[in-house]
Amino acid sequence: MDIFQSVLLTIATASTPLLIAAIGELVVERSGVLNLGVEGMMVIGAVCAFAASYLTGNPWIGVLAGILAGAVLSLLFGVLALSFATNQVATGLSLTLLGIGLSGMIGEDLVGRAGERLPNLDIPVLTDIPVIGRLLFGQDPLFYVSIALTAAVMWFLFRTRTGLTLRAIGDNHKSAHALGISVLKYRYLAVMFGGACAGLAGAHLSLVYTPQWVENMTAGRGWIALALVVFASWRPWRVIGGAYLFGAVTIGQLHAQALGFGIPSQLLSSLPYLATIVVLVLISRDRRLTVMNTPASLAQPFVPDR
Amino acid sequence: MQSGNEGTELLKTTGLTKVFGEVKACNGIDLSIAPGEIHALLGENGAGKSTLVKMMFGVLDPSEGEILWKGQPVRIGSPGEARRLGIGMVFQHFSLFEALTAAENIALVLEEKTPIHKIAETARQLSVDYGLPLDPNAMVGDLSVGERQRIEIIRCLLQKPDLIILDEPTSVLTPQEANKMFETLERLKAEGKSILYISHRLDEVKRLCDTATVLRHGKVVRHCVPRDETPSSLANMMVGSDVETVKREGAAPEFGKPLIEIRNLQRPPATPFSIPLRGIDLTVRAGEIIGIAGVAGNGQGEFFEAISGEAVQKSPDVITLNGEKCGTRGISGRRLLGVGFVPEERLGHGAVPSLPLSENMLLSRHQTDRKTMLGAFGYIRNAAVKAASQRVISEMDVRKTAEDPEASALSGGNLQKYLIGRELDRQPSVMIVDQPTWGVDAGAAARIRKALIALARSGSAVLVISQDLDELFEISDSIAVMHDGRLSEPVPIAEATYEKIGLLMGGAEPGHMAFEGVKEEAGA
Amino acid sequence: MRIELVKRPQQSALFSAVSPLLALALTVIAGFIIFSFLGKPPLEALYIYFIEPLSETWQLHELAIKAAPLIMIAVGLSVCYASNNWNIGAEGQFIIGGITGSLIPILMPDFQNALTLPLMLLFGFIGGAAMGAIPALLKTKFNTNEILTSLMLVYVAQLFLDWLARGVFRDPNGNNFPGSIRFPSAARLPEIMPSQGGAHLGIVLAIIAAVIVWVMMKYLLRGFEVKVLGGSPRAGRFAGFSSTRMVFFAFILSGGLAGLAGISEVSGAIGQLRETISPGYGFAAIIVAFLGRLNPLGAIAAGFVLALTYLGGEGAQMSLGISDKVARVFQGLLLFFVLGCDTLIHYRVRLVFGDPVKVSG
Repeated sequence: MDIFQSVLLTIATASTPLLIAAIGELVVERSGVLNLGVEGMMVIGAVCAFAASYLTGNPWIGVLAGILAGAVLSLLFGVLALSFATNQVATGLSLTLLGIGLSGMIGEDLVGRAGERLPNLDIPVLTDIPVIGRLLFGQDPLFYVSIALTAAVMWFLFRTRTGLTLRAIGDNHKSAHALGISVLKYRYLAVMFGGACAGLAGAHLSLVYTPQWVENMTAGRGWIALALVVFASWRPWRVIGGAYLFGAVTIGQLHAQALGFGIPSQLLSSLPYLATIVVLVLISRDRRLTVMNTPASLAQPFVPDR
Repeated sequence: MQSGNEGTELLKTTGLTKVFGEVKACNGIDLSIAPGEIHALLGENGAGKSTLVKMMFGVLDPSEGEILWKGQPVRIGSPGEARRLGIGMVFQHFSLFEALTAAENIALVLEEKTPIHKIAETARQLSVDYGLPLDPNAMVGDLSVGERQRIEIIRCLLQKPDLIILDEPTSVLTPQEANKMFETLERLKAEGKSILYISHRLDEVKRLCDTATVLRHGKVVRHCVPRDETPSSLANMMVGSDVETVKREGAAPEFGKPLIEIRNLQRPPATPFSIPLRGIDLTVRAGEIIGIAGVAGNGQGEFFEAISGEAVQKSPDVITLNGEKCGTRGISGRRLLGVGFVPEERLGHGAVPSLPLSENMLLSRHQTDRKTMLGAFGYIRNAAVKAASQRVISEMDVRKTAEDPEASALSGGNLQKYLIGRELDRQPSVMIVDQPTWGVDAGAAARIRKALIALARSGSAVLVISQDLDELFEISDSIAVMHDGRLSEPVPIAEATYEKIGLLMGGAEPGHMAFEGVKEEAGA
Repeated sequence: MRIELVKRPQQSALFSAVSPLLALALTVIAGFIIFSFLGKPPLEALYIYFIEPLSETWQLHELAIKAAPLIMIAVGLSVCYASNNWNIGAEGQFIIGGITGSLIPILMPDFQNALTLPLMLLFGFIGGAAMGAIPALLKTKFNTNEILTSLMLVYVAQLFLDWLARGVFRDPNGNNFPGSIRFPSAARLPEIMPSQGGAHLGIVLAIIAAVIVWVMMKYLLRGFEVKVLGGSPRAGRFAGFSSTRMVFFAFILSGGLAGLAGISEVSGAIGQLRETISPGYGFAAIIVAFLGRLNPLGAIAAGFVLALTYLGGEGAQMSLGISDKVARVFQGLLLFFVLGCDTLIHYRVRLVFGDPVKVSG
């Protein structure tokens, strides 16, 4: 395996959790809900996945635990933001704060323990194909999940009636309600899907990316996933591009740190965050386009009258 | 007076009641609709019409009472169930989705798994059949109000309903478009469908409807046959007393010097779905009331923002108010010239819903009344603000439940009286009002119109933007028409007819193609 | 079962007052459950958490030290959130304020006189305000979401501080430990009552800031402008208020106060610039702002409550071996309950059991 290939491989590994979390949040936002708790759900997913995997010795059970933990936490958000119609920005923030606190508490005894890595999918012959072999057939299983998930979300949103309904709710929840669509039911499901995805993304971090538990190990990836949704103008296929761009920046700065160059490591470490800001500025500059793309009822609380 | 005998009604309600908090929006409504009839539901704003039909369509749960559908008692739990029964509804404030295409909007309510392109084809066919042409692949956000209504109607018809509920359908149409729609309704009636037609336009009801139910304060006042009534007898039933018609007294007054001068006002579209303003010219003189008619969404809102200074112009020369070139001044700067503004939206534009009335007083007066209302460092003199608020409340007869209630707690009519009074209290020499009586009860509407006329008589220039043609004919000295971001020459009231104004509303103007007319001919 | 909200015609005055208390009560109940779950004696744990830290004078001083930055930051955030601008990067503005304020004692250690401290505080305010102005500029100029940009800048600020404390600002005589020189006494925020405990002037500054901002919000046109633009931007434009100016005002005020809190912390509680100077005050202050119902005076009370969770967390760790992470959980839960209880101010909440009967058509 040459260096080029291994770099590409690590980029894919770094990008996968961003992609999974962002695609989940994209569905949530398409339904008109802004859940800023991605970071919190992700970190809870990471710790629960690691804990379950550590206790059972089976990383697959860890994956399930991560998904479940993310979904449960998102349900908490749902009850407040949907049933109690609270301010979604504040509620999402509190979810992140709670998630970070809770994960620290759960993971206290797990710090420093060695966990098992989710094994790579190695298809014997195909992985030996030069250049693309390992890239296509030798990745971790969640890489394939992330790609399949993106395709599935694209199909769901733009090819199914349920997806159409979801987009309609995100565009105008009052109209949807008047037509008899159960706005809150769809939104609950969307929020829980987003939570499950964030949890899965967290599981990838603690079971694949760095198979261990470190406090706050998401390090802002949940927020970057949120930025990716804006960057992608709420279109699934663009999320792939965004996620891999950020994966590349992350891996690039890591390699630059390893090589030295005399650039302070802190400056290099802050590159992904600075890149996020730059990208957000570039994408939001055109006000008209932003208005067109943003789901019109995003972050508006909805109280059905009956 | 009831049409039809027991058991043959399509829909019948007995004692239908809806309580919101302590208010009975509908109180024991009995009503029945026979197959193949057009039944009018008449009533003022706030009489309970919308609440009633929302219960019939399953949007609201009745607090008490019963709905019988084809003789069977039913509990309509959702609009989906209403549709399954055979009830369709065309909403006044449409239930459409701007970011979706017409076909997608229609597909949302159809339950079978028909692919979108098939739905688009059926919709196109049906729309041509009924003379309501529409492009199924157009994005709704790009369409005019009239076109949006067609989507609503086609969507409703595709569900093959037995009863169609239409909520104020002509309020967004030109008189000519309305005539066209009446033909469609007659045809549906001939096909045996029943129609529940909600309106407050009496001549329409008289012309179109077989039977009528009149509501007032949530109760049924009368069932009647509109053809046997006169518009004024119908109006009396609705309002409960003789309606005060506002009259401009005396001969045509002499107008003074121009107080509003607009020269070639242009404005690019501010948002993806808004209308650009294309070279508007207008002069309003002292003592004059000019009305601006037009179908909603033809640039009236954009025009109001431009003239109020919420959106400023690049050159001061474009707008002259009270003799002062002020195109580059903001709204406070224009107010200081003695100009008062009342926008269309009361809650969220003219007033902050969550703030009490007295604080809303400050909203438009913190600069004009700086000396009395503010002290050093912008200290708010509460006593002065409250006194002004009290003055307006008693002058305009604003009815309220609390000492200083939040704006959102007032009824539409009372809040509008307050917002108009807030400006009149300054005795502005120029007054610009967008939709002065939209959604306001008849008593408050008459009061507001009288106040506007009195202001003009005292020597101010008044500009009224309204979709209500009756209102404009009642108070204006001339009527200009806004269509697609252009403003027609004002037509003096002596020469103005509904037909003439209606044609202008449809876009008929020299050098400007009568688009709707062409379409109609092509359709026929 | 489902929850139904019924809009009240008027805001409930009762619940406006009661909702923060209700939220506190719910948090205590949740604490009871969590401690039971962890196998600790719940009542004793709650006592250690919420009562014991108040029992001795020196502890009250500790409480004031922790409350000072929380209150100072939350006061600014209250205004910011009331104007519907979402600055969640106070942590970064706090750090930058700490850095810019420290420039004077670190770069000019000999400049020691009565002006030293006021200048440091001013620098701190300016640094925080400048940091806050970045998301404001990006929002007004490029329409960029301020939530994400302000948050991203937190990470940048943390890394920047880390670089300074380990690099250029490192004390050359510090045995290679990260951290600047220790500040001379002229650059230290004085203690209020040195004989009794370590509380420094920071808490006084915080309370002064709260009162000034409260007066502004209640009595001045500027406060009215905040409320109007926050409640309805369109009505604000109709009033002739500029939302662009408000974005800058809100971010510069909240950033500046966060920066002031940062330098107060560095020159008061810490005494040198270290690689980390905040245990998440900038984020906890978000909870303080909401618990105080976005009222600057409310933020004072709320700041002490949050400070208590920090202290209680330390105490519980020492005496019961409960992870100090529990404090974070409490803080998160508290915000959750506050938001939920605030719904009661505007709505009646009804529980509806059973589904509507289906139509028999």
